[in-house]
Parts: sequence; structure tokens; C-alpha cells
Amino acid sequence: METSQDSGLSAPDINVLRRLAGVLIPPDAALAMPGADDPEILADLLATLGRDRARVRAALAALRAAGFDAAAPAEAEALALSWMATGGPEAGTLGRVILQCYYRDPRVLRALGQDPRPPFPRGHVLEQGDWSLLDPVRARAPFWRDDRAGAA
Amino acid sequence: MTRNETVDVLIIGSGASGAAVAWSLAETRMNILCLEQGDWTKPTDFPANGRDWEARRYGDFAISPNERARVTDYPVNDADSPMKVANFNGVGGGTIFYTAHFPRLHPSDFRVRSLDGVASDWPIDYWALEPFFAENDRMMGVSGLAGDPGVPARDPPMPPIPLGRTGAAYARAMNRLGWHWWPSDTTVATTEYDGRAACINLGHCTPGCAQGAKASTDITYWPRALRAGVKLRPRCRVREITLNEHGMAAGAIYYDADGAECFQPAEMVILAANGIGTPRLLLNSASARFPDGLANSSGLVGRNLMLHPWPQVSGYVAETVDGGRGPMTCLWSKQFYETDPARDFVRGYTLQFARGAGPVAEAVDSLAAGRLPWGKGHHRAFRALLDHRLRIGIACEDLPEEHNRVTLDPVLTDSNGIPAAKIHYRIGENTRRMMAHGIARATEIMEAAGASQIGVSPTLNSPGHLLGTARMGTDPERSVVNPWGRCHDVRNLFIVDGSIWVTSGGVNPTSTIQALALYIADQIKRRLATLFDPE
Repeated sequence: METSQDSGLSAPDINVLRRLAGVLIPPDAALAMPGADDPEILADLLATLGRDRARVRAALAALRAAGFDAAAPAEAEALALSWMATGGPEAGTLGRVILQCYYRDPRVLRALGQDPRPPFPRGHVLEQGDWSLLDPVRARAPFWRDDRAGAA
Repeated sequence: MTRNETVDVLIIGSGASGAAVAWSLAETRMNILCLEQGDWTKPTDFPANGRDWEARRYGDFAISPNERARVTDYPVNDADSPMKVANFNGVGGGTIFYTAHFPRLHPSDFRVRSLDGVASDWPIDYWALEPFFAENDRMMGVSGLAGDPGVPARDPPMPPIPLGRTGAAYARAMNRLGWHWWPSDTTVATTEYDGRAACINLGHCTPGCAQGAKASTDITYWPRALRAGVKLRPRCRVREITLNEHGMAAGAIYYDADGAECFQPAEMVILAANGIGTPRLLLNSASARFPDGLANSSGLVGRNLMLHPWPQVSGYVAETVDGGRGPMTCLWSKQFYETDPARDFVRGYTLQFARGAGPVAEAVDSLAAGRLPWGKGHHRAFRALLDHRLRIGIACEDLPEEHNRVTLDPVLTDSNGIPAAKIHYRIGENTRRMMAHGIARATEIMEAAGASQIGVSPTLNSPGHLLGTARMGTDPERSVVNPWGRCHDVRNLFIVDGSIWVTSGGVNPTSTIQALALYIADQIKRRLATLFDPE
């Protein structure tokens, strides 16, 4: 588990982040999807905040100021959804960093039928498709405007 | 200040046009030097190598220099514009960061005043550029299919990229509507080509190709130019172009990687710094002779900025399509490209058909568009989105308007303290009507494809092509450069980038920018004995 020192976030900030992530993307056992508050996903998030750190910290401070950390579960969910819709660039950044760590977790990708690896070096197979679909277009006469004398 | 040895030709910028002009002029055996403010990018630098491949598009590989914010980037104040700027500062320039979509301007694009009564005709035509389009296609390595009835004949050296499932879905929809479509010309290699292997479908073309299947000038023109003796000096940021006592360009003052101020004297200077970088540099080179900016007696340096408004319409089909697994752009349609008097606008647009996105991009985009909720419904909603997306871009012609312009920001600077560019831009009424028409047609295509959740992208933040800010023409009072790229005001100063475009057409500009650079290089070679003579 990432410590507060490593991430540049305080322990209360991390608690808010964990709670928020679990509200925004809750686990779904039927679909084999972990929640975004899963320890591995949260550790990835904390370790890779990078240039987003200041905005995330500001977002978490705003959520704490709104009483999110102390709210009862139902109230916390309503508060989180409302704040994410109205919290401006800070909410946008916080949402994105949660998504970009959640949707690169190997368990999440496998559950979605995706190969949990970067594109390079193996790449992907792209089928040629049915080129006979082009036949009616091939039959069309040229229709671009020719600007040369006598052609326009 | 360090003073370097004089070179014959100093090129500023190593991107699409700078690389092409450097390679073409190399055969003259002149002493040619290119200064580039960014670095070389190694294949291992590109995001597709790592598990954070999608996240880096929001960070050090963002398309916006303001978001990317590398020390090699310069900021652009775009607060006074609904459209944002895209560029890349490094060897290869914007070709590192483009989608590799490679359409050409049409013949009618050079004759907009004569044919449609708007803007101005170019002082050259498509046919003057045609041999240079073909030469550039060979140099960059273009894949495509001859026989398209929507464009003049051309002969791409490689076969087109696969239709895939996504392309077939578009094709069926377009055939139902009876509208034109065709596999796009791209600079993605589909066979082995000049040392590049055929594309293995990394599907993440825009922020650089880790495989090297996508042509960027660092792997096409530059190796040849360097072997021919051209010198390229990265991490050198030019501050200003200086004049000698005769009113000719004397060279450029730049900062090297250590921040040291240097002077590079040159017999001639060629600007290839894009439609914002070039006017920024000219405006930063004001002097007693040119108090409003170098080569700006017309007052048009920085004006007529064109950015290509590009709304996008997305829809989701029931069948699984290609998602992010393949080159992003696969087809184009020229059905609505040429002027139709029955419409309430002149000129037209290309429809550009794209595949989907990876999981992160799909989630971020869909959240912003309101398709993907947070909370309990998140997972089931996402399953209906990922790998089900169709996306049509509407590449609208942006007509030149003088109030759309680049100026210098009075406060903002780059890391060397050089004043940054500020853009002032409004979407014109003709373009607004064109956008509405295109959105309606793209929506019809989505419906014909059986898509649901059809929506228009809420932002116009891409692509931000940079055109028109030092236009070419025959009249020194109405243009900055002459018909072969030489500044009217300074006879040994040339511009070869998108700044010199008179109008924008409705296509991605790289192919035409490079053909134009090769054309100007050819003109320079033909006129060497009289190159600096008065007009």
C-alpha cells in the first residue's frame, strides 16, 4: 500500500480518495469487476499522480470541506455524484485519474475481454473487411471540380 | 553571445515542411543547418510501450502544448478562442503527433474566389503542386487506393489500411444512403516500405508510433537529409531573426539547451515553424525597420488564422467493432466537399470516419459526454460503449478572416523568457452553417448504421490545424510572401509552413504543406542565380 508520504497526499486525503473511488466505481461481483477502491488500483493511483497531484489534492480538500468524509453512506454517494458534476477542473482531473488507473488494471481489462498489455510490441489483428462494399462507389463518375480551362 | 560560422541556408523548424525543404535543397550542396527547439524522440519514448499508454495522452504526450508543458514546448494563450491549439515541438514536429490521415487539398480549394466568390484565390494551383504531391507521397510512404471518384487521380505506393469491422459498418451505412466513401490515404505503412515494417495495429497512432509504421519526418526525410550533409541542431530555440544594414535577414538569435544565447549567421533563412510559431517569431523580430514585426509591411503577419473547426458525431452499434485496435482513421467521404448552391453555405467539408478508442479514452470521453454514469450503473453502461463506437469527424473549411489572428501575449513567456503567442479566434457564420449541415449528415449516417446514443462532441479542442497567418500572394499589400514563398519585404527570408496558406480547404493539411514546401524548394533551386533579386 502506498503511504501518504510517497503520494504527497495526507492520510485524511487518502481516506477520502479511497471512499470516493469506491462510490464512483463500486465493485460488481457478478461482472467480476473490482471497485476503484481496490488496494492495488488505489496504490497505482497514488503512485502515479504526477503532475495531477495539486489538482487532486485541491479536489479532495473541497470534498472534505463539503463533509464527504463524515457523511453517512447514502448521503456520501449523493454528495460525491453531485460534486463530480459541479466541481470544475478539479473534479474532471480527479475523475480522469481514477478512470485511467481503473481501466488499466489487469483484472478489469480481462473482465472486459481486453488483453491486459500495452499495444507494443504485439499489436492487434485487424481484419481486412469486405472490400466488395466499395463496388457501387467505384462505379461513380468523378465528381470533384476540375478548375482547368474547359473543365470547370 | 556566441557567434557561429555562417551557413548558406538556415531552416527554423524540423517538422513537416522544414524536413521536406531541407531534403530537397540538400542536392544543391549548400551548407544547410536546421535549428529545432525540441528533441529527437526515440521509439521507446512513445506511450504505446507501457501500461500507462492511454494516461500519457493527458500528460507528457498531450496534443496541446499547454497541457504537455514540456520544457521544449512554448505556451499558447488560447483563452480567447473556442478552439485550442495542437502541435508538437521536436524533430519531426507535428508529424510525430498527427493521425497520419493524408488527404490533399482539391483543385477547387485554390480557386475559391473564382469559383465561389469568397476569400481569395491562391497564386498557384493544384496542378503546379501535383508532381510534388506525388514526390511527397513516395518520400513519406502513403497507403491508399487509386480510383477514387471524389478526388483527382493519384497513385498511392501502398495498399489501403484494412476496412476492419468498423470500416465495414460505415461502408454499409454509406451505401444505404448512396453517398461517397473511400479508404483514406494515410502515411501508415501497410507493406514493408523504405525500412518501415507493415503496421501491426497498435491503434494509438496520434501520440507517436512506437513501431515506426507511421511516417513522421524524423524517420522519412531527416535520415536522407542528414546523409546528404544537412545539419540538424535540436534543443535550439530561436528568439528572433535579425537584419543586416541592407535590410536582408542576417541570421537568428537562439538559446541552446543550456540557455546560452547564440547567433547563427546565414545567407538565407527559411521559416518552417507552423502557423503560430512562424508569426510569433516574426512578431518577436520587430526592429526599427519593421516596428510591427519582421516582414509585416502588409500588417497581415498573424492575421487570417484558420484552425479547421471539426465537430465529431459519435454513435454506438450493437455489434462489436474494432475499438482502439487499428489505425484511428480509416475512410473519408467527399460527398459534401464541393460547393452546392442549394445549401446555405459555400465550400464544404470532408467526413472522416474513425475507429473507437481504448478503455481509458472511451471512459473519459463518455463521462464528459454524459453517456457514462458514476456509481451503480457504471459497469453495465461501459460494456455497451467499449468496442461499439463509431465516430465521424467533420473537417470544415475555415475561411480566412482578418480578426482571427496571432498576437504576442504581454505577460506569458516560454522557458527562455520569449513572449508567447496569443490567439484570437471566432468561428465564422459560413463555417457554423457548414458545421450544422455536417452534423446533420453524420447523424443520418449513424442512424443508417443502426447506432444509438448518437451525440455531438461537446468540445472543439482538436485538431487545431494552424494555417494562414503569413499568406502568399502577388500583392505585397495583401500578402506576406510571394507565390514561391519569399517574403515581399525581406528578399532572403522564406516561409514554407502552413502560415502561407491562402485558404484552408476541408482536409488535414500535412500532405499539402509538404507538397508546397517541396514546390518552394524547387523554385529556390531553379532561381539560385537570381534568388534575391527584386520582384
